[in-house]
Amino acid sequence: MKKLINKVEDVVNDSLAGMGAAHANLLRVDLESQIVVRKNAPVQSKVGILSGGGSGHEPMHGGYVGIGMLDAACPGAIFTSPVPDQMLAATRAVNGQAGVLHIIKNYTGDVLNFEMAAELAELDGIKIESVVTNDDVAVQDSLYTAGRRGVGVTVLLEKIVGGLAETGAPLEQVAALARKVNSHGRSMGMALTACTVPAAGEPTFDLSEDEMEIGIGIHGEPGRRRLKLASAAQITEMLATPIIEDLELKAGEQVLAFVNGMGGTPLIELYIIYDSLNRILTGKNIRIVRNLIGNYITSLEMAGCSITLLRLDDEITRYWDAPVYTPALRWGM
Amino acid sequence: MTNQDIIRWLDRIADELRANTHYLTQLDSPIGDADHGTNMNRGFSAVHAKFPTMTAMDIATQLKTVGTTLVSTVGGASGPLYGTAFLRAGGAVASKQELTASDIVAMLEAFLGGIIARGKAQVGEKTMVDALTPALHAAKQELDQGASIADITAKAAAAAEEGMKATIPMLATKGRASYLAERSIGHQDPGATSSWIMLRCLAEVCSDR
Repeated sequence: MKKLINKVEDVVNDSLAGMGAAHANLLRVDLESQIVVRKNAPVQSKVGILSGGGSGHEPMHGGYVGIGMLDAACPGAIFTSPVPDQMLAATRAVNGQAGVLHIIKNYTGDVLNFEMAAELAELDGIKIESVVTNDDVAVQDSLYTAGRRGVGVTVLLEKIVGGLAETGAPLEQVAALARKVNSHGRSMGMALTACTVPAAGEPTFDLSEDEMEIGIGIHGEPGRRRLKLASAAQITEMLATPIIEDLELKAGEQVLAFVNGMGGTPLIELYIIYDSLNRILTGKNIRIVRNLIGNYITSLEMAGCSITLLRLDDEITRYWDAPVYTPALRWGM
Repeated sequence: MTNQDIIRWLDRIADELRANTHYLTQLDSPIGDADHGTNMNRGFSAVHAKFPTMTAMDIATQLKTVGTTLVSTVGGASGPLYGTAFLRAGGAVASKQELTASDIVAMLEAFLGGIIARGKAQVGEKTMVDALTPALHAAKQELDQGASIADITAKAAAAAEEGMKATIPMLATKGRASYLAERSIGHQDPGATSSWIMLRCLAEVCSDR
């Protein structure tokens, strides 16, 4: 294992400390409680937007704390859900008396820990709404799985509901938009390489030079199928087709296209994927009217990408375009 | 079984989880996210650090302290699952100064009940439940036949080990391994393995008494 770390057990803390130092104008890092909080939190009469999950997906979630997106993030150990204590501390820190929205990616650990945290916060008299993202079309949503995983849509959702919350909208409306965004988006990912969790010291799976994993999640877990490596155009087709079918996208519809890198893939390759995606969608007369390309929800140093398509309507587009100023996403201000 | 035996049991679990950290994480790599050993070790190290304040507690308070400590430190699914299990186990032995054979079985039943209530898994889904359910059945059978605490816990641990091995050919339908569908077959479930370790430690402490 070759990594830029000090001690394996200090990876998350050391990184949070750096983040706090780098972005002191936007956020503060509470190392004691292991939370990242918007600098001026709680914003009175604004719904607090809180997300959390394992570390190793940077910039998600801490990099999205700031103006117009998250009010707080709870980073767990690498690929491990944070614990209810963190979520409760963060909930209290962002409660501006308008309630708090918990954004949870659908993984058993995250769901169970947030469930316990919401129970505790409600005992404090804080109004909580929870939204679980589950946009990964690689997983069948059936009795035989823990349900679809929450992946790329989470980033888009955090931005969009953060934009609405900034206007002072009530909790119910913010939660309703969050559920709409989740239902409008689907994703699928692939890996060219595995990644190495520092504490494990070795790659989470073996993948030979000429192989790839299709249908991966974001925790270094293997995917649904292992195939021979294909061209970028073919890979884009494999990822985009199930998304388009699942969303039942029709000619004339408008989408946001999100090409995400898994952490170890350079932008030059992500733009090749975007080019293919653009051709596929144009061929179906589906219009990409917004896009996002880069490493936004990652699996450490894994090479690979994911594609997310989000069906746009006026409301979603408006809050996507709304000003945002966070370490990792900033525009409009 | 006294509150000092509970401390011995927890101490043994902490030792075994430390020794098996890498093993559990390795089991978790192909079908999970390579963190089960690290997480469990972190949780029981935190429990271990609380021993000075725990030795004077009654058994129920000790078990509840383990529960809240695991919830606060483990993360992942295992934190809420084992946390709820220990909280319920504590609830089942409220105000007992010493646990009889039937108390221990009641404690195990509540432990399993907590995991099922929180995780909603059933037998055959490749989870902790697959080690703990046969263990509880075995313990109940032994209790009905008037067996000693040592025999009850030994049979429970043996049944848990079989249950754990039986997860190898299973198709996972709960938790992160379920994302792999048929590719989860052929791997031993890490959660069932840590459950077996806990019951094995219980049996060892009870046979030493």
